[in-house]
Order: sequence, then C-alpha cells, then structure tokens
Amino acid sequence: MSQKITIDPVTRVEGHGKVTIYLDDDNNIKQSRLHIVEFRGFERFIQGRPYWEAPVLVQRLCGICPVSHHLAAAKAIDVIVGAGTGDKLTPTAEKMRRLMHYGQIFQSHVLHFFHLASPDLLFGLDAAPDIRNIIGVAKQNKHLAVMGVMMRKFGQEIIKVTAGKKIHGTGAISGGINKHLTIEERDSFLKGENNIDQMIEWSGEALNFLKNYHRNNKDFIDNFASFPSSHLSIVRKDGAMDLYHGVMRAVDNEGNRILDDVSYQDYLNYIAEGVKNWSYMKFPYLKHLGKEKGWYRVGPLARLNTCDFIPTPLAQKEFEEFRAYTKGKPNNMSMHYHWARLIETLHAAEVMKDLLNDKDLLTGELIVKGEKQSEGIGVIEAPRGTLFHHYRINDNDQIAMANLIVSTTNNNDPMNFAVNEAAKQMMQGKREITEPMMNAVEVAIRAYDPCLSCATHALGQMPLEIVLRDKNENIIQVKRT
Amino acid sequence: MNKPVIATTSLAGCFGCHMSILDIDEKFLELIELVEFNKSPIDDIKTFTKPVDVGIIEGGCCNSENIHILKYFRDNCKILVSLGECAMMGGLPAMRNTIPLEECIKEAYLNGPSTVNEEKILPNDEELPIILDKVYPCHEIVKIDYFIPGCPPRADLIWDALLHLATGKKLELEYESFKYD
Ligand code: SF4
Repeated sequence: MSQKITIDPVTRVEGHGKVTIYLDDDNNIKQSRLHIVEFRGFERFIQGRPYWEAPVLVQRLCGICPVSHHLAAAKAIDVIVGAGTGDKLTPTAEKMRRLMHYGQIFQSHVLHFFHLASPDLLFGLDAAPDIRNIIGVAKQNKHLAVMGVMMRKFGQEIIKVTAGKKIHGTGAISGGINKHLTIEERDSFLKGENNIDQMIEWSGEALNFLKNYHRNNKDFIDNFASFPSSHLSIVRKDGAMDLYHGVMRAVDNEGNRILDDVSYQDYLNYIAEGVKNWSYMKFPYLKHLGKEKGWYRVGPLARLNTCDFIPTPLAQKEFEEFRAYTKGKPNNMSMHYHWARLIETLHAAEVMKDLLNDKDLLTGELIVKGEKQSEGIGVIEAPRGTLFHHYRINDNDQIAMANLIVSTTNNNDPMNFAVNEAAKQMMQGKREITEPMMNAVEVAIRAYDPCLSCATHALGQMPLEIVLRDKNENIIQVKRT
Repeated sequence: MNKPVIATTSLAGCFGCHMSILDIDEKFLELIELVEFNKSPIDDIKTFTKPVDVGIIEGGCCNSENIHILKYFRDNCKILVSLGECAMMGGLPAMRNTIPLEECIKEAYLNGPSTVNEEKILPNDEELPIILDKVYPCHEIVKIDYFIPGCPPRADLIWDALLHLATGKKLELEYESFKYD
C-alpha cells in the first residue's frame, strides 16, 4: 500500500501552493512535491506590444518586488536601444536606478522579515494562527512592529522619488531614467525624522534580534530543512556583492566554482529549464551538470555564499561573522536565509546612504542612445534571487519573444527539497498530517521568501493543502490550513 | 459596539493592491485598532471564523479556484469590494483574453529559449486547478458592491474607503482618482 499527503494554502507565503507527500510501504517519505497552481501567460500576451512598454507591463507580475521586474526589463531594453550591456548608462541614470533597487531590496527584505517571518520566531511554530501574524506582533512587541512598518515605509518612499510611484512606477526608461532627485527629496532622507542613519541602526537591531534568537534556538535554526546544494548569483567583476549588475557565478556545496564569472548575456549557454506535469513552475538547472544535478539555490543565502566580500563596512563585518560560522564553506542551512537577508538589509541601507550623498543624482544627463539591436537580456539580483528577462523585437519595434526566469522559479528545486526535509523531520514514520507539521512545511517554504505570485505570474493568498498518498498513489489523508 | 470585521484575498492579481494597503504605513497600526481582520494574507487566517462586514478582493478570476474563493467571500461578506484594476476589469492578466489559452501555455512550456522539454510535458496534474478560457472581472462572477480604482489604488484612497465603509458612511471619490495607471 502506498500513501499520499497534501497540504494546501500557505497564506503568508504569497502565491498559491499545494504540497503532496508520497509514502512507501514502511510509511517512509518517498517524495514531496510543491505544486504551483497559478498560470498567467505573460511570455505570450506581451508579444505585439512596443518594446518600451516592457518595464511597466511586466512588473505587474509582482506587486511585492515590482522594481526588480521594472529594472530587469529596463536593462534588457537598454541593450535593444544600443545603450550597452550595463556599462554605458550615464552616472545619473545608473545611480538613480541603483537607489531605486536598493530601496526595493530594503523594503522587501523588511516586509519579509517583520511581517512574514518574525511572527514564527516570536510566537513559535505551534502558536495559534490568529496571533501568529503581524497584528499579533504589533500587540505583543510594539517596537518591533513599528520598526517594521517605518523601515518598509522608508524603502517605499525611496522607490517613490526614483520611480514616481511606490508600486508600479515608471522611472526607468529605455537607455536611462526619467528624473533627477531634488535637494528637498534628498534632505528628507538624510535629515528627516526616521532618516537613513535611523534605518542603519534599526537594521543592526533586527540583526541582533535574529542572532539572539539563533543563539537560543541553535538546533532548530541550524538543522531545520537543511540540505547541501549549489548556489548561484551575480557578483561584481571583483567578486563584491552587487545586486544591480555583474557577472554570473555559481559554487557547489563545497565552495568550488562551477560557473566562473561569465556574462549573463550568454545565459542560454549555461541555464536551461525543465517542465514537470505537476507544477506550473519550471525547474531551472545548470546545463553542464544536467537536470538531475544542475539545480541550485538563489537569493540572500546563495549571494552570501558566492560573493567574496560586501563593499560596505558594517555589512562586511556581519558577513565575516556569517562566513566564519561555516568555516568559510558555503552555508546550506535553509533557516539561515533569514540571517543572510538581514545582512543584506543592513548593506542596502549603507548603499542608500552613500548614494543619497552622491551629487550625480541631482544633475547630469539622464539618457543615452546608440545603435538599435533586435535582442536584449537583462539580469538583476531581485530580493528573492537572480531574475532573467530576455526580449526579441521585430522590425516594427514590437516584442516578438519574451523569456522570463524569475527568482522563485530558480528556487523551485530547493523549495521542494526543503518541504521534503521538513516533512521527514516531522512525520517520522507516522501516517498522519499534524498541525505542527503543516506549520513546519510552511516555515520551510517561507525561508525562501517565495513570491509565488511572480513565479507563477500570479499571487493569491497561499492556502496550503497537504495530500498524503500511499505507494499506489491512493489518498490517505487531505489536510488544509 | 463590536469592531467592524474585514477580510481580504488576492485572486489573479499581483499582490500590489495588498501592498498598497500596507502603504498606509503608520496608519496600519491605527487600522488594526479600529477594525478586526478575519481571513486575510495579512494575518494568516485561512478560513472565515465569523461573519464579515467588508470583504476586499484583489485580482480577477483566471482559474477554477479563484471562482471558488470569490463565491466563498460573497457568501461570507456583507459588503464586497473590488480593489484595483485586476478585480474591476481583469487588469493586465486579461491581456491574454484575445489569445487562445493553448498558445499561452505552449509559449511558456514548449517554446521558451531556455526551456528543454523533449517529451513535450504540459502541466496537467490532477492537483492543479483548471485554467479558465479568459480572465474575468469579479462582478461578472458575483455581485460586487463597491469599486476602488487604480493599479494599485493609492494608499490614502484605500484608507479613506476603509474608514467610510467601516463606519457605514458614504464615500464620494474625487474625479482624479478614476485613472487606471
Ligand atoms: S490592480 Fe495593479 S496592483 Fe492591483 S493586483 Fe492588479 S496589477 Fe497588481
């Protein structure tokens, strides 16, 4: 007899997921599957639109990190209008876009940590759902909630002055940016109440909160849903962390380079995606290692594993501590995504401070033009990981082909592994789905911060349903949260 | 008096409308004093635990499950609000309405330049909900009482609307807010 379990909706992981667990004769877990149940069809329906619309259209994939799609598309369109592959923009354009992007990283990481993850840490896996949320946090630890709300606001305000709007802005245009920063705008961030120095201080405070939690819950944070993998991201040419632009680098679980700083304009030589009939989300892998072995992690954890250093002082100090914890080897612990995410939050705040003090934002040329190309590729490190946009246009300047590999898709295999590990740790030979197990599966998925919305080009609340199936695939139990 | 109860959901939307609710920033801390949230991604409550005064819908309907959840909201909410362009008109996802669904699926799973799919597998497992032929605005599926425009609607507009709905007052939207950016 064989068995199957399904978990349905994970609310705070935006998007919609469903988990099936297959058991063997001895009630051991044979396989777990995270099904992504939404489909949008962007690749097809934006065909025929003028290419300059791509940055404003495609960001509607995801309202949580629209800036990432906005900028990845803009970088691809830069190539098409002959504005180079990331090296030819004017200093003003490049720095305004960077400010927009680091504002986005900051707000999205803050949202993830305070609104989505902190309730689990504050209240524990077995707390009642009606307090295990940001509203519960506000009632229990007001300071933490205020910090979360005000830090997210700061990031959103940065996006507003660079992109024009907090959500779905229009700032990045073909070959540059459409505005400067005004002195008043700049000063409100440098000198206003809750200014950039406050953001840096609060980022450090959040980091201490997490490190403290880690010290008291080592076993959980280090072992929960932990498994070895490769890691992929872009890094600056000199190996520094750079979330806006760079070359592609991947390391295996021992730290050996398996992609050595190659140009992302050639991504098709290195990356391919497989399709499985049980998910609308594809399964990317490194071509030279193949479908079985080529999968990798992306996102904050991967980025801290691939880069050599972080080019701002406070985050660099934290990075050294993070690296020392695994003796310089790649860190393969899923729950350490949260740690990595907060180090990046601090880094983003430091970068924003440097940029705000940069006079290039206030004056200077906004746009460059060059010789028209028929194809363009743009890649960026979105909050959740590496994001690929690729467009081809026809003679009428219409989009003829669009290929998108979004961050959460890059983490598809790792999320499936994490679910499998979490389920194994909680089931232990029982043929039953329990409440703590449902929570554990959600917490495992949440570590990856999936914007399942963008991966599936949709976002619903993510109810989780677990289906337990026996070896003949007959359903033993279905449980929903 | 009991606090008004609010519930929210995201169907075929991008979650930007929910983000715009959070963009009321510090007023959010006020809001949770004024109203009680029931089923919502904001609080992780997944099924209705009591009758709801105001249900807020982001996104239109693109699959069988969206329809199911929308009807579930209609059955449990006194007032139902379409928040944002997707809920009101299908929004950007409805750009696929002029294209046969099959073409969209083939483009994503067979034709993409990075896709390697020799066996021509298409997602069709019984665990996956059925995709609808078109993306439908919410009012074509159930009765909707109010519409709040924008992509996403501005945070201050959402705040005003929520306050008025929660206190039973009538809200007049100024003309400028009717833009579908
Ligand atoms: S209306 Fe705009 S912001 Fe709201 S869900 Fe639709 S695309 Fe996203």
